Amino acid sequence: MDFAFSEDQGLLRDSLAAYLSDRYDFDSRRKAAAQAPGWRPGVWKAFAEELGILGAPFPEALGGLGGGAEANMIVMEALGEHLVLEPYLETVVLSGGLLERIGGEAAETLIGQIVSGEAVVVLAYAEPSSRYDLDAVHTAAWREEDGWRLDGHKAVVAAAPWATHLLVTARAEGEGGEFHGESLFLVAANGEGVSLRDYATMDGRRAAEVTLEDAPATLLGEEGGALPHLEAAVDAATAAACAEAVGLMRRMHRETVEYARQRRQFGRAIGEFQVIQHRLVDMFMAVEQAVSMTYLATLSLGEEPAARARAVSAAKARVGKSIREVGQGAVQIHGGIGMTDELALGWRFKRATAIEQLFGDTEYHLRRFERSGAGVPEPGAAAAAASAPTAAAAPTAATP
Amino acid sequence: MNLDFSPEDLAFRDEVRAFIADNYPPELAGKAEEGREIGREDFLKWHRILAERGGWSAPGWPVDYGGAGFTPVQRYLFGEEMARADTIPVLPFGINMVGPVIYTFGTPEQKARWLPPTLNGEIFWCQGYSEPGAGSDLASLKCKAVRDGEDYVVNGQKTWTTLAQHADWIFCLVRTDPDAKAQEGISFLLIDMRTPGITVRPIITLGGEHEVNEVWFEDVRVPVANRIHEENKGWTCAKFLLAHERTGIAGVARSKRGVEKLKRIADTEVSLGAPLSSDPIFVRKMAELEIDLLALEYTELRTLARESSGEGPGPESSLLKIKGTEIQQRITELAMEAVGPYAQANFRSLGGDNQPPVGPDYAARVGPTYFNMRKTSIYGGSNEIQRNIIAKLVLGL
Repeated sequence: MDFAFSEDQGLLRDSLAAYLSDRYDFDSRRKAAAQAPGWRPGVWKAFAEELGILGAPFPEALGGLGGGAEANMIVMEALGEHLVLEPYLETVVLSGGLLERIGGEAAETLIGQIVSGEAVVVLAYAEPSSRYDLDAVHTAAWREEDGWRLDGHKAVVAAAPWATHLLVTARAEGEGGEFHGESLFLVAANGEGVSLRDYATMDGRRAAEVTLEDAPATLLGEEGGALPHLEAAVDAATAAACAEAVGLMRRMHRETVEYARQRRQFGRAIGEFQVIQHRLVDMFMAVEQAVSMTYLATLSLGEEPAARARAVSAAKARVGKSIREVGQGAVQIHGGIGMTDELALGWRFKRATAIEQLFGDTEYHLRRFERSGAGVPEPGAAAAAASAPTAAAAPTAATP
Repeated sequence: MNLDFSPEDLAFRDEVRAFIADNYPPELAGKAEEGREIGREDFLKWHRILAERGGWSAPGWPVDYGGAGFTPVQRYLFGEEMARADTIPVLPFGINMVGPVIYTFGTPEQKARWLPPTLNGEIFWCQGYSEPGAGSDLASLKCKAVRDGEDYVVNGQKTWTTLAQHADWIFCLVRTDPDAKAQEGISFLLIDMRTPGITVRPIITLGGEHEVNEVWFEDVRVPVANRIHEENKGWTCAKFLLAHERTGIAGVARSKRGVEKLKRIADTEVSLGAPLSSDPIFVRKMAELEIDLLALEYTELRTLARESSGEGPGPESSLLKIKGTEIQQRITELAMEAVGPYAQANFRSLGGDNQPPVGPDYAARVGPTYFNMRKTSIYGGSNEIQRNIIAKLVLGL
């Protein structure tokens, strides 16, 4: 068992942290979020060209750095810490991860374009009534002489307004009007028959409702065979979202401890009051549990599907609870100032709350955990095999 | 012992229900629920209609001052009916806060000057209490008023001033004796918001709303005649007012309304092939919420009954504040869970409102409301302070 970073992993973490500390201050983030297009393509370019992180998880054969899920975890925690708007989660982890699993020439070419920053690929899988279910897909796909066409409505597609390409899940109709399984298609974001209604989300990012009307599309992978890959990719993205939440929570907790040291009422720092101390301790424990579960989920992504699902859902359920405890506690201890739009804290809380719902809320993952019968990986089974990552050998209050 | 309202009380309830049905302006209906901005004139319009009906704008004021003079039970039923009809609330600043201070501590001239326009909705009041350095520890406030002839000259800053952008007058706690012990050098001043030297700056809160403000005072001249009660005795008014602020803070009636709305969402949302309202786990969460609300309601009724028998609201009202706000916040958590992914779509977007709403119409407000309602455990004396009050005054610790 080893929870330490390798040299390469440490380097990845440090170079990204250095870049974000220098160049990604909250004020510029706020300005970028408040006006069109809601993100900074220049930052994305720097991610690709200066830092090379857009290839962090992919195999070297595809132009990546070969860092896998652990690299995603390291990157996402840093992006959470700095409240980054740009769509690493959507494009690199989710779309890139799905393309890697689907394989084939078209998918691999697209991965290359993700790595270079040319293509911002976003997966549109949810629909207005699907809530968090991955198999509730009604978008229709059919074959014309010159190729595939799609018809349907994809809901709350995060980062879609920034995309160059959309991956779309759809079902092909059989001759008798029966549905086969889900397939994955590629469309250009500004392609024929594709229209987007853009809007801001609660965390200041952007999403869109995507309408497909007789939209020409390219089939990726095997017809009807997308679901297992989709589940695996969403599990990987869920683990990555947990890592982003860890970054957000560590930061919120640290800022709140600092505030409790400085804020004086009744002639002393409010951090001297035991009720505040105990709440901060509970929040600290909630963060540490989230960290542990994020490691578990990340290191279980290579397990067989049921064990993977169980570990990821356990992590997301625990992280979801921690988000509420840490986010609400941070606002409460800050008092009125914690309610303001001006302070980064509120935006951290809002992004964390968005993650609480993303890829299934706590209740959804509690049930998925119950349903997945396989045992949780026993200590030593999963982690020992991998050359395991991560930040701190033991929880300490000073953990960055 | 008896859990029923008297026939007279029930008749009163019907009368109120009918009055609201007949008189609530149709153009205001649904405005709060749909998240449209409620403006100054919207608040005052409904206030004035109630005032014309025998002082119903001021349910708790004595008849001598033009109020409705309702009994505690009638006040409760009145609030219940207002919430049931989802009306715009009558704002507390004039009616529940400064009004009772003026009729309890004011001179006859002060009563004559401020009570009628407050009652009739001619004055829009705001509250100048909190300061950047004086929140939970209100008595450490620094905004100072220095005597200069027949005026005080006020300098300093107030913050979290709700709806100051609409206000005509502000009631303020100011420090008139910098050398006295914290609570002893404070006075209670009424200040015309049009006085030169006052600046109001908006504070935007988590849900994107402009509800609260900073109010700055720079050499603002306030006549000594605008001071309520004696100089340096303002803390007496403040304590009195805080006790009044807490009654009704339980928000039972509005929370009942919130539970109904939540049930409607759960009937509409389909999860795992069935309405959320038939999902055993969600149903159980709703049951826990409703039982907590019922327990709060009957706790409030017990408080009312004590009040009816002549005992004033005691420190138990802190219990109502804590439990009431916890329930209000719980409703917003369950609304987020019920709505699911469309809660992500902010109702306000890219410099304007998302119209028509992106998802179901009930989804547009749940995110901002979840964030906004975090304020309830902070304002009106934070829930930590309320627990201190119970520990000290109820438990004697």
